[in-house]
Amino acid sequence: MELTGLFFYLITFLTMAGIYAVLCLALNMQWGFGGLFNAGIAGFYAIGAYAAAIVTSAASKNHVGGFDLPIIVGLIVAGIVAGLVGWAVARLCVRLKSDYLAIATIGIAEIIRQIIVNEEWLTNGSLGISHIPRPMEDWFVGKPAEIAFALFVWSLVLLTWFVAHRLYISPWGRVLRAIRDNEEAAASIGKDVQSFRTQTFVIGAVFMAVAGALSAHYFKYFSPDATEPILVTFLVWVMLIAGGSGNNKGAILGALVVWGIWSMTEILTSMLPDGMTTRSSYIRMLLIGLFLQFVLQRYRSGLLPERAPKLRI
Amino acid sequence: MMDFINYYFVPGLTLGSIYALGAVGISMIFGILRFAHFAHGDLMTVGAYAALTAVWTLGIPALAAIPIGIVFTCAVALFTDRFFYKPLRDLPTIYTVIASFGVALILRSLIQLVWGTESQVYETGFQKPIILFDVLRIATRHIQIIAATFVIAILLHLFLTYTRTGKSMRAVADDPALASISGLDPEKTVRWTWIIGASLAAIAGIFVGLDTDVHTNLGWNMLLPMFAAALLGGIGRPLGAIAGGLIIGMAEEICTYPIFGNKLIPFFEEELLEFFGEELISPSYKSAVAFVMMVGLLLFRPQGLFKGRVL
Repeated sequence: MELTGLFFYLITFLTMAGIYAVLCLALNMQWGFGGLFNAGIAGFYAIGAYAAAIVTSAASKNHVGGFDLPIIVGLIVAGIVAGLVGWAVARLCVRLKSDYLAIATIGIAEIIRQIIVNEEWLTNGSLGISHIPRPMEDWFVGKPAEIAFALFVWSLVLLTWFVAHRLYISPWGRVLRAIRDNEEAAASIGKDVQSFRTQTFVIGAVFMAVAGALSAHYFKYFSPDATEPILVTFLVWVMLIAGGSGNNKGAILGALVVWGIWSMTEILTSMLPDGMTTRSSYIRMLLIGLFLQFVLQRYRSGLLPERAPKLRI
Repeated sequence: MMDFINYYFVPGLTLGSIYALGAVGISMIFGILRFAHFAHGDLMTVGAYAALTAVWTLGIPALAAIPIGIVFTCAVALFTDRFFYKPLRDLPTIYTVIASFGVALILRSLIQLVWGTESQVYETGFQKPIILFDVLRIATRHIQIIAATFVIAILLHLFLTYTRTGKSMRAVADDPALASISGLDPEKTVRWTWIIGASLAAIAGIFVGLDTDVHTNLGWNMLLPMFAAALLGGIGRPLGAIAGGLIIGMAEEICTYPIFGNKLIPFFEEELLEFFGEELISPSYKSAVAFVMMVGLLLFRPQGLFKGRVL
């Protein structure tokens, strides 16, 4: 009994870590490959979650739709919507220097959040969208469904990793790294800096939306609370830096390790005396903030540092 | 028209003063230490809560608690600089930016741990507004905030123009290489930057508490408009940041004024009313105003209105 309990805890853990791994790989495309500081991950994540929720959930009088379409359609729509928003944002902001881009993307995420809270016809406001279906629900029920969903998440992690890996070793990825490391030099050999940056920002945004869609299907309910910048944006940044920015395997490892630490702090803080448990979530945030400082000062290049692929001549 | 002044212009000026005080620190840190300090809003929150404790324990009014808030916030700022930013000083500044994100989170969670998450107020009870010329109704706290900001702006100007420390800060902001070969002590400049930035942040935080209430997201929510204000004024131009803060604060309030349907506009009144609704922007999207101004500025005039640096 004890062992099965542990096993299903592991399944839950892997599901969440998988969703974060997709986010982390997406951020790696933007920051690790392209040097674009996106501090608005939560915005694209929310777009993906809401797009998927509206497309796949059954008709409701509380918000537009739902259209009751297959999950795969939801994922595609989520990607397209976030890609379009990402494209618009990138066209405006991508030529800003890193600090400014960070400020601008925080602003965009905040505006997206306000739209979600205020436009009730679209998103049901702060009450959120419920009855979001899960893939393969008709085939599996109860415990096996959890395993099936974890496998579904990790197949998407693998797909994202494959895309990221192919992009990284391609000539396209090489140009992107050149731009990241020396913009002027890349421009001087005729590379269109803006265009490459826009492309990587859009691709990253699409995969962030996929992660958002996955979490909407997992929780079967999505409200603006789930787009809290600390839980999404900040944790993903810690994961990528701890794992090794620029390294796709590092991004996945970072997601697993940091989500492991985050879950562990939950176990630790649940052992606190009764009076403290209400404040446990602040202790966890404090710990993760200190963890980031530790990583930044001691292990800046991460667990798996970036290694440029061998040149094939 | 009087409604406009009483309910939009004066509150806009108040909000603008608060943004201005916060933006000075952001602009100076950006200009001298060369990174975007994302924990600045949370320094404001620290100041507001330190003053709250003083109000509770000593029973003094919030305005008298300002010095206590300032000292505590300066201590926090110098501590974070020593332990979290200084070790990263020689690396590309983006690492310090990431670290400041972490510091923002650390400060906020510490505040939530110590003071809890409920909103608090410095003093309860309704303040009667002061009525001038029969029609002008201004809340006392608004007068206090606006007047104090005005005085601080003058003091800041005198400090930067006439004192040795102030001059050396401007020198470092303008040209760090030249400043260091002229023998200016960079660590001293950095220290003073934090002291001034943190002091003004603490005052701004306490003013937010006076104007509305003290809550743990108070500073973080103001970060974006304060950045917009700092950019508007030009990075490394503290007085520009004050002007920028006032402009952003006024713009946010005035955009929600019901312009249409008031017979103020001679032509197309009905059509405009139909198209926009009563106000230009619904109050729930107020913070988008600062954002739109900021992005527009970054794209078309990155040096700001008053010729700051482009980093």
